[in-house]
Amino acid sequence: MGHHAADVAIRIEGLRVVRGGRRGVVVLPGLDLLVPAGQVVGLLGPSGSGKTTLMRAIVGVQSVQSGTVEVLGLPAGHPDLRRRVGYVTQAPSVYGDLTINENLRYFAAVAHAGPGDVDRALADVDLTRMAGRRVDRLSGGERSRVSLAVALLASPELLVLDEPTVGLDPVLRRDLWDLFGRLAARGTSLLVSSHVMDEATRCDRLVLLRDGEVIADATLPDLLAETSAPDVEHAFLELVDHRVRRPEEDR
Amino acid sequence: MSARLTWATAGRVLSQVRHDPRTIAILVLLPCLLLWLISWMFEGTPVLDQFGPLLLGLFPLVVMFIVTSVATLRERTTGTLERLMASPIGKGDVIAGYAVAFGLLAVVQAVVLTSFTVGVLGMSTRGSLGVIMLVAVLDAILGSTLGLAASALARTEFQAVQLMPVVLFPQLITCGLLIPRAAMPSVLEAISRVLPLTYGIDALQRLEVGATFTDVRGDVLVIVGFIALAVVVGSTTLRRRTP
Repeated sequence: MGHHAADVAIRIEGLRVVRGGRRGVVVLPGLDLLVPAGQVVGLLGPSGSGKTTLMRAIVGVQSVQSGTVEVLGLPAGHPDLRRRVGYVTQAPSVYGDLTINENLRYFAAVAHAGPGDVDRALADVDLTRMAGRRVDRLSGGERSRVSLAVALLASPELLVLDEPTVGLDPVLRRDLWDLFGRLAARGTSLLVSSHVMDEATRCDRLVLLRDGEVIADATLPDLLAETSAPDVEHAFLELVDHRVRRPEEDR
Repeated sequence: MSARLTWATAGRVLSQVRHDPRTIAILVLLPCLLLWLISWMFEGTPVLDQFGPLLLGLFPLVVMFIVTSVATLRERTTGTLERLMASPIGKGDVIAGYAVAFGLLAVVQAVVLTSFTVGVLGMSTRGSLGVIMLVAVLDAILGSTLGLAASALARTEFQAVQLMPVVLFPQLITCGLLIPRAAMPSVLEAISRVLPLTYGIDALQRLEVGATFTDVRGDVLVIVGFIALAVVVGSTTLRRRTP
């Protein structure tokens, strides 16, 4: 393997998840994945490919059947990790009947963050001027930025973001990807899911997921070189059509 | 668990209620309205004096159970519960925070309802009004903690809704409101002994015929025990991981 624990943010071996009870659906049949630290890693795949389930397993809120998930050197869901890992669900998970400020102040108390952190998180997502507004009166994009701000409060070492740019206009999307880049430059590890393939260009590394299996795990240039595709979308199609498997050793 | 996070959660829940006039109306005005309807329907009969004290305990319990269940259900559907479960907050802080917030609301509710029923509707009772109010508050807190325990036991949103009638109706049937418990088949009477509402109704029935606090001390202790048990059940069964 040759990886020191410090270089690896997430290490997953044989992760098997069945969702929906006894006669449930096998979402992840047995997934292996290494996510390096300090990079923006894009988790790409069509809806239903298991992105959300994988992220839930990483933050420790998903019941898993078997396999190991190690996050920052600890088993996923370990109490110490709740402070070190930030998680943003696909639907904005904030209180609609509270103002932005009230939401952030409550979650800051929960995350042991201070008032300075509230101001910083608000500035990071560009919502400082709206802080007094009630969340259920905001647009969808503003609401998802509030949700993101909550995850930034405790300055987590690992950020797990489930489709954070859905429904945002191009300017905001660019601003958020700039923010992700700045966070990574400060040493934060990011795992960002998206089904918008063109966001791949903003990632340091890409993981393509289909039917619960990793069909590619590489940098964008490597992926394009290997599949001789002009963009990620075509690379994805190429991989699905030919089931190209990458050798184990080349990362 | 930490007192700081329990308080933070209670404060947050109260802010949410403050922003939502409908919940305040359901908590405070609806029970008053229901008792007014009853006093109007049975005008000129002693029904209000006879059943009023029981309803002072019953309506708040049912209303609190539903409001709390819905509040925690919403916490699930909006994903905020999942976010909290991935954060450093203790499960007990979430449950106790809700219990404290709704406990404070229960006090307001019981004081308003009792004052309205006695002052405006003219209910008269032989027992001490202060003790009746105390039992009414405890019944309301019991309702909200039972709601918390039920929604914590549920693994999904749907189960949480299904549990509402399952928890409430057997208690309403066997608590002694429909017929005296002594007249029930012995199996049903035995079942009623393990259900908390029985003790709330028993206390109020005694108070209405002139019992003092000492007479209902046992009932009060049992209700407090059930409240504590419901908080413990809620805190221990809430799941950080869900299917």
